[in-house]
Amino acid sequence: MTRPEIRVEDLHKSFGGNHVLRGIDLEIAQGEVVCVIGPSGSGKSTLLRCVNLLEEPTGGRVFVGDTELTDPDVDIDAVRRRIGMVFQQFNLFPHLSVTENLTLPQRRVLRRDRATAARVAAENLARVGLSEKADAFPSSLSGGQQQRVAIARALAMGPEVMLFDEPTSALDPELVGDVLAVMRRLAEDGMTMMVVTHEMTFAREVADRVVFMDGGVIVEEGSPDRVIGDPRHERTRHFLSRLLDPAMAEVEEETPDQVGKAEA
Amino acid sequence: MTDTDTRVQPRKTGLTRRQKRRLSRGAQYAVFAAAVIAFAVTADWGRLQNQFAQVDIARQLFPDLITVALKNTVLYTLSGFVVGLALGLVIALMRLSSVGPYRWLAGVYIEIFRGLPALLIFIFVGVGLPLAFPGIQYPGGTYGKVAVALGLVSAAYMAETIRAGIQAVPKGQTEAARSLGFSPARAMVSIVLPQAFRIILPPLTNELVLLFKDSSLVLFLGVTLEERELSKFGNDLASTTANSTPILVAGLCYLLITIPLSLVVRRMEARAQREIR
Ligand SMILES: Nc1ncnc2c1ncn2[C@@H]1O[C@H](COP(=O)(O)OP(=O)(O)OP(=O)(O)O)[C@@H](O)[C@H]1O
Ligand SMILES: [Mg+2]
Repeated sequence: MTRPEIRVEDLHKSFGGNHVLRGIDLEIAQGEVVCVIGPSGSGKSTLLRCVNLLEEPTGGRVFVGDTELTDPDVDIDAVRRRIGMVFQQFNLFPHLSVTENLTLPQRRVLRRDRATAARVAAENLARVGLSEKADAFPSSLSGGQQQRVAIARALAMGPEVMLFDEPTSALDPELVGDVLAVMRRLAEDGMTMMVVTHEMTFAREVADRVVFMDGGVIVEEGSPDRVIGDPRHERTRHFLSRLLDPAMAEVEEETPDQVGKAEA
Repeated sequence: MTDTDTRVQPRKTGLTRRQKRRLSRGAQYAVFAAAVIAFAVTADWGRLQNQFAQVDIARQLFPDLITVALKNTVLYTLSGFVVGLALGLVIALMRLSSVGPYRWLAGVYIEIFRGLPALLIFIFVGVGLPLAFPGIQYPGGTYGKVAVALGLVSAAYMAETIRAGIQAVPKGQTEAARSLGFSPARAMVSIVLPQAFRIILPPLTNELVLLFKDSSLVLFLGVTLEERELSKFGNDLASTTANSTPILVAGLCYLLITIPLSLVVRRMEARAQREIR
């Protein structure tokens, strides 16, 4: 019904002879939250990075809104402003304070004036619950706080779409919740989100759709309850059992029923 | 050493570790003391003082020592440093460029100028270039000439330092900037270079210290009285007074600048060490 916010058509990506993405088709509607799961090396990050052209696809097309990113004549810097990206390693600018991390991109890229940039920065820091850290430097923050600042920095650019590449994987377990809470709120506010994650609880409760990737293709996709709770493919089942109980994975093959129990 | 257990017995010298340490340290002090005594006995102190520490000759050096010589040394060095830094930055960016000929040109420059003695570059700039291009005029006369010469001397080293600094900034920084919509050039200027320069501040300051010393090569360019820097000034006055005191004083002036700079570098390095941990 609504036009897709992200559309990926027959996407291929090779690194030298390594054919990492082997024909991905994916549409994400406006306001939809899609979680991408899959084993290490299956191409999740590469897919996400192709969506804002941090990696140049070797074949296929990528659209955001009505703009084709893979068109060589498109102003890629202008399109990237509409796509926020959050990295596993936060990638805050360490030489800038928290506020400057949010204001510098607005001023340099969007040419906002000082006052507007400061106001938008303050709003978004409040949104991630870190107003009191406005003058701190990234090195003095915990990983969870840094990641929330990184989210605020992306949001300050007013993106239409947010991409998350394992945003909680580098965090101590007790800090994961704060970041997920911010993302959950963002989803409730109607942001279009594509999230690579291993957080199955988050995927189950927040995602509208879960996509399972393996070997550079989408193996199956559907509602979280369907894909995580009742996976159709052996590969999905195998992956989920290893994820939910790494110690047992070698010994026994879990049934989807047990997966559900382990999850709860 | 009456222990009969032979499993863990190193060479037997009959000395404990503590005794050995004492002996070794004692020997080192003895050598040092012998050298000092030998120097004190053989040196002709009256003559040395006469040659190097004549207070009234030292007094004659003022105020020109400061208002002309030291001032010019600082001016030459700083202007050379600025030229070298700008040129070095351009060469470093060329070295990292995706355009092949730029990379090649930068590599050639670095290899050539890193291998040439500074004196040769001074002669080239002071004599060679004006002969080759008869119409050439350095802006600022001698000052411009020295800035170019010192700039050429230091640019190759600085280019390599800056390149290393740029490459030390994690790739994720550029990716974060690009994902926010920065163009490659703007990401370099706003995000990468500020971090790179923070990393290479110690080696750049070291280069400044080296340039202070290299500025003495102005001696070979032929300068007016007002353009003399510390070395030429000291040398000239040493000949007119037939005494070496001006050279000693000029030397002290260099140390007055280079030692504090070196201390600053050591501080910065210590701080960087702490931050890594
Ligand atoms: N820049 C690159 N150059 C060469 N090969 C790459 C590059 N980036 C990724 N690859 C390769 O592509 C494959 C997929 O990598 P990708 O990072 O997309 O996997 P992933 O699903 O995100 O895995 P993980 O869960 O470990 O993050 C891997 O085999 C990896 O070695
Ligand atoms: Mg990944």
